[in-house]
Amino acid sequence: MLTQDRAVQDEPAVRRKCLIGLTVNGEPQEVAFFPEKTLLEVLREDLGLTGTKHGCELGECGACAVLLDGQPVLSCLVLGLECQGREVLTVEGLANGPELHPLQAALADLGGTQCGYCTPGILCVALALLRDNPAPTRAEIAEALSGNLCRCTGYHQILDAVQEAARRMAGGQP
Amino acid sequence: MMRLPRLRYVAPRTIREAAAALADAGPEGALLAGGTDLLPNMKRRQQVPRILIGLRGVQGLRVRELGEAARLGAGLTLSEMLRDAALCAAYPGLRRAVASISTPPLRNMGTLGGNLCLDTRCNYYNQSLEWRKAIDFCLKKDGTICWVAPASPRCWAVSSSDMAPLMVALGARVTLQSAQGERELAAEALYVDDGIAYLSRRPDEVLTDVVLPPHAGLRCTYLKLRRRGAFDFPVLSVAAALRLDGDHGDAPVREARLVLGAVGSHPVLAAEAGALLVGRPLSEEAIREAAEAAARLAKPLDNTDYALGWRKRMAGPLIAAALRELRGDGPPPHGELARAGVRGRPSGAC
Repeated sequence: MLTQDRAVQDEPAVRRKCLIGLTVNGEPQEVAFFPEKTLLEVLREDLGLTGTKHGCELGECGACAVLLDGQPVLSCLVLGLECQGREVLTVEGLANGPELHPLQAALADLGGTQCGYCTPGILCVALALLRDNPAPTRAEIAEALSGNLCRCTGYHQILDAVQEAARRMAGGQP
Repeated sequence: MMRLPRLRYVAPRTIREAAAALADAGPEGALLAGGTDLLPNMKRRQQVPRILIGLRGVQGLRVRELGEAARLGAGLTLSEMLRDAALCAAYPGLRRAVASISTPPLRNMGTLGGNLCLDTRCNYYNQSLEWRKAIDFCLKKDGTICWVAPASPRCWAVSSSDMAPLMVALGARVTLQSAQGERELAAEALYVDDGIAYLSRRPDEVLTDVVLPPHAGLRCTYLKLRRRGAFDFPVLSVAAALRLDGDHGDAPVREARLVLGAVGSHPVLAAEAGALLVGRPLSEEAIREAAEAAARLAKPLDNTDYALGWRKRMAGPLIAAALRELRGDGPPPHGELARAGVRGRPSGAC
């Protein structure tokens, strides 16, 4: 018998969920889920935050990137259970009410988003980049975003937008 | 959707507790560090542990000491090593190897220990459950035949770690701890030439730290061949570490260790090639002889990206490029392929 079949057979009929506390986009949350759930699944299915996208599920695309304790990580490869007490920032946490974050505005203005599927992950990674390095070179932006695939734009507009957002955030006019 | 199989999660606080949990779990248990290798494998049901022992909260796995030598905890993330400017300056080859691993978000998650213990990879293994079932499972998981070498009694999955060849070249030592005690061994002794049993780590042992040799006078580098500049595992890599009898690049070699990565199920130490360099300056002739001797050990099979013949042909040029860099010629230009004498797209690659 294949091991994957056996694992399911031996489980008790009623399973217990685990309860954790974490901060999501600045709000303390409690959430219960089965132990095998990834942070991506917890965010989308248990917290209703579907802005974080579900791409390859294997760490090969970057669509599910979020900030965990301020660092970009791929939420499809983080166990929800390992987020107890930690801070998560998703794309939903970027805008200030109706006002877009400069990165969001620049991506929209410069055509850095087309189908939009990669955009939430790119926004989170770019946010961490500009926090640590407010005036990155184009090469530094490309390096920071090298884990985020985009199949629409060809990347140039995304790099343009991050540079433009950096300029606007430094006080330049939009 | 590919979900993880059902599992139980254990969160030990100390190395001793982690080792005890691992011993208790037996074959059902697995250590979870960064999760960037294990969790994709679990989603594709290549590995199906029922108990995950999370190392995140374990004290003592994140040591970072830099003096004449360095001691690095297995739980350090790759990004933490990369951000340590003093460590990177002392071991430039380490910096190059770490920076070449996957992508920035994955380097924020993946650990030194995790990369050293990276599961071996193969085109017939790193596939979804449905894919593997469709062609019938392979020897490495649930099957009885090696699809890349059907007549072979063994598994030929490829050692695809970037840290492994580097640590073997450096002559680093690793510490393994179990409920019975701890032992230290040379990095090269951690690896076994078998795609399935690719580590000499016993199932109840935790890799806790890595000790690097003194960095004064050490020259080390790492070159990696792959299709894209990010994400990809190596399809061929070269780690080289040497010491010269003098400060200049034209001084004779005192000690040299050349290691090939991703050409077999373990990092391949080219001891004879290293010995060919000893006592001689790094002349073009010496470099050519050593590169030829090391390249003879590259026997890749057709189970990774890129055409097999091309990967084998690239071994010599890549070794030569690494040695020229250590001579002081400067780093190879962007895309070490250009330096390795490759023009355009390799024939047979798809």
